[in-house]
Amino acid sequence: MKDGKDNWRREFDNAPKRDHVPTTVSGMEIPPLSVPSDLEGFDYDKDLGNPGAYPYTRGIHSTMYRGQLWTMRQFAGFGTPEDTNRRFKFLLENGQSGLSTAFDMPTLMGYDCDHPRSRGEVGREGVSVSSLADMEVLFDGINLDQVTTSMTINCSASIIFAMYLTVAEKQGIPFDKLGGTLQNDMLKEFIAQREWISPPRPSVKIVVDIIEFCARHVPRWHPVSISGYHIREAGSTAVQELAFTIADGIGYVDECIERGMDVDDFAPRLSFFFNVHNDFFEEIAKFRAARRIWARIMKERYGAKSPKSCMLKTHAQTAGVSLTAQQPINNVIRVSLQALAAVLGGTQSLHTNSMDETLALPTEEAVTVALRTQQIIAEESGVVNNIDPLGGSYFVEQLTNRVETQAMDYINKIDEMGGIVLAIDRGYPQMEIADAAYRYQQELDRGEKFVVGVNKYEMAEESTISTLRVSEKVETDQRNRLKAVKNKRNSEAVSRSLNNIAADARDGKNLIPSIKEAVERYATVGEISDVFREVYGEYTDPGYF
Amino acid sequence: MTQERRLRILIGKAGLDGHDRGAKIIARLLRDSGFEVIYTGLHNTPEMIVETAIEEDVDAIGISILSGAHNHIFLEIIERLNDKEAGDIPVFGGGVIPPDDMPGLREKGVKVIFGPGTPGADIVEWIRKNVKSRAPL
Repeated sequence: MKDGKDNWRREFDNAPKRDHVPTTVSGMEIPPLSVPSDLEGFDYDKDLGNPGAYPYTRGIHSTMYRGQLWTMRQFAGFGTPEDTNRRFKFLLENGQSGLSTAFDMPTLMGYDCDHPRSRGEVGREGVSVSSLADMEVLFDGINLDQVTTSMTINCSASIIFAMYLTVAEKQGIPFDKLGGTLQNDMLKEFIAQREWISPPRPSVKIVVDIIEFCARHVPRWHPVSISGYHIREAGSTAVQELAFTIADGIGYVDECIERGMDVDDFAPRLSFFFNVHNDFFEEIAKFRAARRIWARIMKERYGAKSPKSCMLKTHAQTAGVSLTAQQPINNVIRVSLQALAAVLGGTQSLHTNSMDETLALPTEEAVTVALRTQQIIAEESGVVNNIDPLGGSYFVEQLTNRVETQAMDYINKIDEMGGIVLAIDRGYPQMEIADAAYRYQQELDRGEKFVVGVNKYEMAEESTISTLRVSEKVETDQRNRLKAVKNKRNSEAVSRSLNNIAADARDGKNLIPSIKEAVERYATVGEISDVFREVYGEYTDPGYF
Repeated sequence: MTQERRLRILIGKAGLDGHDRGAKIIARLLRDSGFEVIYTGLHNTPEMIVETAIEEDVDAIGISILSGAHNHIFLEIIERLNDKEAGDIPVFGGGVIPPDDMPGLREKGVKVIFGPGTPGADIVEWIRKNVKSRAPL
């Protein structure tokens, strides 16, 4: 063999080695050395292409970070809309380039702040929004044509999006000037994040309503962010994260086409959201493989003609699940490495987690360190100067190929099951993830995998960092505001508009116009979600474990 | 030799959040360690948890919470257990719970909180040591 791997192999096999299991955090076996023969048949144009050229393995833009840095987008939201509005302004003043909104659990699940199920949860994990009045405060003093806004919301996305459009209208901003992203990815909710109102089919219908509405009226908006993040946080491997995310993407594309849309009319606005975890090279390979897989699927399977339809644009967030409550300052280092992997993987935007997130919502100080981490990578490390600097590395290309092949095996399997909705009905992705999560926990418990400060280099310690506390008063304040809204609004007009949503839902019409009319009249998140519950039924957790 | 019933543990997710990785890992770990496990699935109210616990005649209740609603949820579960004269069922928990809240929760009757990173073996050991079968002899 020309690359001399045989000689090296003999030497390697005979030499003493550390006692450690050479697998990634996902359990993928890693070779000790990669050589040219590992890339047999590798074709630069076919497999990589230049940046900005099909299949986009090296990046979707020809200039990448030479043209524009990624968007630094820190997810924020807690307490009352006033609290979060202040945090937004703080982040914008500190050089953040886009907003990203976290909503509280009641809002995310379609309950108002005064619902019995909302007790104790109002404003805890995000900002509380029950009616348009809350959204007006949330974006007060922020010109919606000057920022792009990402909103992490799914089963109630149609309602919150309608409110956002209404706030923009009140600011006098036309819809075609609005930029941002709705997460609006219901398939991964059933697989992993698990916030839902109705069963998968009607949920996907509403997702597609939003995609269709945006294609017509809000052309700069990303109506769905097809998300692997939560799949990974639920304990999947890197390959599963990639595979199930792409399978979800295929699910939405199929539904849009079924509705009669042309692939090139909506696919350019689809965007993705991946996790970026500890295993540095595996993560970089995952981003590169994701772009190549999506490009090939869009072109070969769907016959997309627009290059934009084939470009996988992605947001990335460092892995919350990798952070430790023990020695929490170490989390800054974990986040730095993960963020570096996301940048070397060519992400379009990035959220870096705060060191205190396993303990509580992040403090302002912790958020600042997280944002500075990105700024140091961008301004000091120099990694932004060369596009896809790891392209052509024997190891990174080998790993990219391997991640792609294994992900495609899953995708083919889901195709054979009849698509992702049927696979979810069977609990297939859910159980695959639960198996992987359990396997990893056992590897930790057996001491085959290590987490510094948790099962290696432990220290007796007191908690040393301060945490953010959300006051109980938030719940009372929010209930009072909602009560005032309900007293002031025209309740007859509200019930008429709720009836219109129900009628449109029964007729299979696009629901966004009637939802928008209802929120303008200050119909609430809970009231509109109740219409979904009534017409489509409620979904409950099958409880696979 | 008397036929001893296997300890029956309810693992519950209360509140609205969907973070169920931990709960499912613990449910499986306990099942693999020889306990009988009743997993409630997501989005249970304290009332639903207590109802299931009594209906299934469990020996302990483990609740996983990552939503920040722990103070409210644990307290309500314990109060409802007391109302149903089932206050002897030990309640333990896990999830994202700020260290400052732990003493208060213990005072209210939560036996133990397993924070992030707790080895599975510690949880199994705690149950073996501290949970007694409630089944009549």
